Amino acid sequence: MNFLNEYTIYSVGDHAVTIELSTTIDEETNEKVLCLFNHFMQQKPEEIKDIIPAYSSLTLVYDIIAVRKKYDISAHSAILQFIEKKLSSFTFCTASTNNCIVIPVCYDISLGIDLQEMAIAKNTDIPTLINLHLSKIYRVYMIGFLPGFAYLGKVDALLATPRKAEPRKKIDAGSVGIAGDQTGIYPVTSPGGWNIIGQTPIQLFNQQAPDNTLLKQGDLVRFEAIDIATFHQLKNKV
Amino acid sequence: MSIVVVKAGIADSIQDLGRYGYQHQGINPTGVMDDIAARLANILVGNNFSEAVIELHFPCSSFLFTQDALCAITGANYTALINEQEIENNKPFITRKGDVLKFVKLISGARCYLAIRNGLAIAKWLNSNSTNTMAGFGGNNQGKFFQKNDEIQFNTTAAYSKALKTDNDRMLSWKIYEKKLYTTNNNIRIIAGNEYNALNSESKKIFEKTSFIIATQSNRMAYRMNGTELHLHKNHSLISSAVTKGTIQLLPNGQIIVLMADHQTTGGYPRIGHVISADIATLAQCKPNEKIQFNIITQEAAERELLYQNQLLTEMKEANNLQLNNWLITFNIQ
Repeated sequence: MNFLNEYTIYSVGDHAVTIELSTTIDEETNEKVLCLFNHFMQQKPEEIKDIIPAYSSLTLVYDIIAVRKKYDISAHSAILQFIEKKLSSFTFCTASTNNCIVIPVCYDISLGIDLQEMAIAKNTDIPTLINLHLSKIYRVYMIGFLPGFAYLGKVDALLATPRKAEPRKKIDAGSVGIAGDQTGIYPVTSPGGWNIIGQTPIQLFNQQAPDNTLLKQGDLVRFEAIDIATFHQLKNKV
Repeated sequence: MSIVVVKAGIADSIQDLGRYGYQHQGINPTGVMDDIAARLANILVGNNFSEAVIELHFPCSSFLFTQDALCAITGANYTALINEQEIENNKPFITRKGDVLKFVKLISGARCYLAIRNGLAIAKWLNSNSTNTMAGFGGNNQGKFFQKNDEIQFNTTAAYSKALKTDNDRMLSWKIYEKKLYTTNNNIRIIAGNEYNALNSESKKIFEKTSFIIATQSNRMAYRMNGTELHLHKNHSLISSAVTKGTIQLLPNGQIIVLMADHQTTGGYPRIGHVISADIATLAQCKPNEKIQFNIITQEAAERELLYQNQLLTEMKEANNLQLNNWLITFNIQ
């Protein structure tokens, strides 16, 4: 357990606690979170309703009534004891598969609807922005916001762009966006505030088996540019 | 054995107590907004607490019954009518084939619940019937709010209408009194959040001592509050982590939002407090422009409130089942 160095535990409501490993976004911490997530998911007791890993923390959501039926102390105390016990039997492992998943993206301005505005704001041109997006291998830091929405980091400093002040009412499924130094792909059509630079024709979220979703925390992702004809061809296959 | 939506409302859907176990995949729990009213509706018709119910927002959908049913309406009072007969909330009632249920006038509350005895025959998505409108999954029609001509099947039917000789027989004789399950005067109890102490002392006072008004942009995802701006004593930049139902987040403009049933799985705004589980239902029945007041209690007290509420609901369920079973035996209804 010593690899955890230090961590803090705090409540996020009367029915959830967060174990926070650090207050930074870095691969090492994120790997520890993933490891911890796998550890807690093993023999997960029924009264733990959800275990949610994020950049640098893990949150346990529990059923107060179910915990109280099982233990004679407050549910909060029982969960803290459960966490202590779980942490004491924990050894570090490399959790990531280091799978590198290639995602085809069409950066045509008909799909990358914010590219023009971003290029003007950054005093550069669209091909430079596209090449920057293609130049790196990204890590899936966490899944959140929408079913199967992967937060990938980190993008080149020039490409980093704050969220739009006024979110759009509808962003198409497959849209690839930038928010701060993160890039992500909308798995389903939804409202959203990310700056859209392109679209992938492939399906990210598997409704019937969400655990078989294409991207998982710890995966590596590389983008590959495709033209609009290929985009439509692949899209029709899906 | 079904009800058919003959007129679609604005935001009506099938919900249960939420879809848990998938938040690590970004799948938010959704579920009923007022879990007390939903449980009461299920109690009245003899269902389990977790049975799916129909959640209605005014102006609501109207429904045609294609078969006999035993039903109950709880939560908001929207003046429910079967044909032209008024239906009282918190009492079981009988419907027969051809009856039309509509809701004509908003009296109080922000959402109401309709439960059908033995539940709805809808395929579950990931162990839940809750409609996830954001993702477009779950419920009776791929995450959509009710649309005209949607048909919602029941699990079972029985000859309930043999107990319905005249309209006077429509309402069964007993009622559940729900008042003590809700907190009074819109006094919403909370526990302090991890960033509560990052509020400056003036803002702490404002947060606890002044009231906030529910903004019109409030919805199933979050309640936006209008009130005096709150400020942190220093800039606080947070990394996204999990949020829960009831989380009170401070937005960059100094206003606060309370996350409700359709909240996202993660968020990155300072969490200054969390509405206790026992008081989510009270908040869920508050409408835009209503005033609420936050009151900080300990986490231990929050748990006690939920246990007390659960105890009352269990007692109500037992008392109701006695009445209901006697009634079913009297009319020889299987």
